[in-house]
Amino acid sequence: MNWWRRLLRRNEMEEQIERELRFHLDQHISDLIARGLSPEQARREARLALGGPQQVKEQCRDARGTRWLEDLWQDARYALRMLRQGPSFAAVAVLTLALGIGATSVMFTVINSVLLKPLAYPDSERLVTVHVQTERLGSTWGFSYPDFLDLRRYSHALERLGAWTYGGGTVSQPGEPEYVDGRQISSELFSVLGVPLLKGRAFLPQEDRPGGTPAIIISYGFWQRRFGGNPEAIGASLVFEGKPCTIVGVAPAGFLLDGEVDVLTPLGQNTEVRMRNRAARFIHLVARLRPGATVTEAQAELALISARLAKQYPESNANLGMTAGPLRQELVGDVRPTLWMLLGSVSMLLLIACVNVASLLLARAVSRQRELAMRLALGAGRSRLVRQCLTESAVLGLSGGLASLLLAVLATRRFVALWPGSLPRAGEIHLDWRVLLFALAVSLATGILFGLAPALRAPHRELEPALRAGARTISAGSRNLHSAFVISEIALAVVLLVSAGLLGRTLLHLSSLDPGLNVKNVLTAHVALSPSVLTNPAQARAAWEDFLNRARHVPGIRDVALTDIVPMRVGENVLPYWTTPAPPPPNATPVTLASTVTPDYLRVMGIKLLHGRFFNDHDRLNSTAVVVIDENLARHAFGQTDVVGRQLWSRFLDPGPLAVIGVVGHVRHWGLADDDRSRVQDQLYYPFSQVPDHLMSLFSSFMSVAVRTDIAPLSVVEALRREERGANGDQTLYEVRSMEELVSASLARQRFLLLLFGVFAGLALALACIGIYGVLSYLTSQRVPEMGLRMALGAKRGDVVRLVLRQSLALIFAGIFSGALGAFAASRILLKLVPGMHPLEPATLLVMTSVLLIAALSASFLPARRASRVDPASALRQE
Amino acid sequence: MPEKSDLPQGTLDLLILKIAALGPVHGYGIAQRLQQISRDVVQVPQGSLYPALHRLENRGLLIADWKETETGREAKFYRLTRKGRAQLEAEAATWKRLSEAIGLILRTSEGGAQ
Repeated sequence: MNWWRRLLRRNEMEEQIERELRFHLDQHISDLIARGLSPEQARREARLALGGPQQVKEQCRDARGTRWLEDLWQDARYALRMLRQGPSFAAVAVLTLALGIGATSVMFTVINSVLLKPLAYPDSERLVTVHVQTERLGSTWGFSYPDFLDLRRYSHALERLGAWTYGGGTVSQPGEPEYVDGRQISSELFSVLGVPLLKGRAFLPQEDRPGGTPAIIISYGFWQRRFGGNPEAIGASLVFEGKPCTIVGVAPAGFLLDGEVDVLTPLGQNTEVRMRNRAARFIHLVARLRPGATVTEAQAELALISARLAKQYPESNANLGMTAGPLRQELVGDVRPTLWMLLGSVSMLLLIACVNVASLLLARAVSRQRELAMRLALGAGRSRLVRQCLTESAVLGLSGGLASLLLAVLATRRFVALWPGSLPRAGEIHLDWRVLLFALAVSLATGILFGLAPALRAPHRELEPALRAGARTISAGSRNLHSAFVISEIALAVVLLVSAGLLGRTLLHLSSLDPGLNVKNVLTAHVALSPSVLTNPAQARAAWEDFLNRARHVPGIRDVALTDIVPMRVGENVLPYWTTPAPPPPNATPVTLASTVTPDYLRVMGIKLLHGRFFNDHDRLNSTAVVVIDENLARHAFGQTDVVGRQLWSRFLDPGPLAVIGVVGHVRHWGLADDDRSRVQDQLYYPFSQVPDHLMSLFSSFMSVAVRTDIAPLSVVEALRREERGANGDQTLYEVRSMEELVSASLARQRFLLLLFGVFAGLALALACIGIYGVLSYLTSQRVPEMGLRMALGAKRGDVVRLVLRQSLALIFAGIFSGALGAFAASRILLKLVPGMHPLEPATLLVMTSVLLIAALSASFLPARRASRVDPASALRQE
Repeated sequence: MPEKSDLPQGTLDLLILKIAALGPVHGYGIAQRLQQISRDVVQVPQGSLYPALHRLENRGLLIADWKETETGREAKFYRLTRKGRAQLEAEAATWKRLSEAIGLILRTSEGGAQ
């Protein structure tokens, strides 16, 4: 017979044992009667010889291998029955657990998809990125194109090597002119990633060089949007940046490098000067390791190659290292520690939920003591009772887990949408078997965790006193356990509350920081000039002049300026500078953020002028090369701020000296929070009119417009767009943002964490209060006879209230003390993870713990008052 | 009446298998046999007999079916399976070796004392 058939035929087996034993007894009795005993004597003797029939049956059931399964089934049904009997207990417990497990599952879903799952490329563990490493800048993605070509030629450990860089532009035909986001890629990129094109083909090597046939690959989204998914698009012509290109392929849906783009063009066709400059590092590399090669081997080889290049090209490559690292880590970036920290904090919430349910269960277990003692007396084994208690809590845990999955399904999307900026691999986030397994494991583990204490306690006691006293007395042991529950709940809540308080304090402080500019009524947008004027420097200058003039006449616009970088927006230009005619050794060169602007920039942004003047229309190509610096650069370079008339050198701007004509205030360019931690603290401005002709076309493709308005900044966008379509009607504005949006976005991460921690802390506080209320109600209800006795002996109501409150106060303070230690540790982690984070101060700790103290005391006041209303006579009668 | 001693650990299974080897027998029959064979020397608590029977059945050493006894009542009769017979032979051999060895040791030590 199979075990499952035995399981199914459980009743039959039970009946057989019964019949077998009855036969034995009857036979024995009749034998004894035959030997001359009276029927009563015979029955008695036979019974004694066999022993207790229930024990024998129990042992027989044990002897069969399926015993545990049968028990499990029975226990599970029993547990469900118990839950149905106490629906409010069941609802509270399941809801509490669902919250805890649900929040944990949401975090795990995200971690699973973002951090744990391999990338959606074939053999993705062989994909690496290659970085350059310098002492000054640390490890950055930027490669120069010539270095990429050399690396591709020399490397053996890297089987294939692909390169890409940014390359958006204007698509003017067919259809409405539109600025589209794009990337320039080398011909191997698709084969490095192992991604086949949806339609058509990848770029050919002969298309990936100067003078190659203009070709373009479009994204799935662009194909759907502009061509309605028509397969005829392959081979059609698309005018991109004024150049007709043949569409050779359509990238598969969901293909992205560092974000979704519309078009891909061959990198090798780019003829800009920087493509031949080894010091211009703007290329991202993706490589596939040769089968069997390890990252370490690649690393060693890269060291050799970079040493060789350093010897060959000391000007650009001295002290330049190269490192390789898994692509997955690169893509995921810095969200890893944040996600783990969030998982850690939801685990605390889960622990609080567990402790809550555990204390509820313990209270029930103690009041069920009599039942359990009875069952022990009737012959149930202790391990059997422990198993039954555990099954009950596991059933509870699993019900909570089931409810939590519902929560996870609903909440995961919302969480991802809430993430500040874009969460890497967000498209890949969904529930899968790993999450189900995780939720199942967590539910079972929590079930056992909170069930263990009550289960081990219950059958632990001596039978006789339990049977005699019933559930009315409480032992010191179980009171200690309850106290431990309350203390740990409060401690966990303190950790979350103090963390939330810290984040709130930090956000408050950061928002009050002076960004260094007047953010009200400023609008910024990228400008894509008509591609036809970009190639000719004189035409580009005229086009910009025209642009500024037209913008000035748009109603509502007060001042207009151009700039290549906008504060708190992605995009930077960092240049080395020095204060003597001869450049210092490369490692000692200071660097500054450099931006090229038109004269009204200062007025538009509201930046303070400290000394000297800002640019004006007399600063031209043939006049003295001038710069304006911020107070930080002045102090770093000259030791003071009034440095008008001093000189600077920066070869990238001008071979000769640059005259400092003004000093302005520092702008928190890297974001309100991040600016203090930025490695580049200095800022320098140079006039757009002095950008040399050979750089004009490159710079023109970077420029943005900034306007100061008299009305709400976003309300001028339409008029500005209409006015600035250009002579050919293919000039566009994109990435339109108000300065206020940018400032607020720079604190998005802090705000996001504050929101989450606020929610966590609120939940933790609520759960802890429910827990304290539950435990104290239980403990005081157990002390009713004692209270009655005290009051009979003359204690006042107030004395009883004080007695109960004193008891809870001791627990609360013990919890707060251990929680404060935990909060200190948590603040260290936050300090490391969150830019601009405030260290833990006594004030924050005091405020947050008093919130908890008040909440916890009010939770204990109700049971205290109830205890004081005890009628001494009836209380004493209970005993 | 001589004082009864407890059955050595593990020997109950061996005895049950031996008795079942003689032909189909019900639980009460085994209990009586045990008493007769051991001539009241060993104490077999009847309560531990049934769990042992169920354990042996579960391990596939015994097989049981319900049949009528001579007195016309239904009883559960146990038989030895092929696996049970092999187990019986192996255990009997082990037991024989063990008891001979123990006997030998006991005899030698008596000789040494003299």
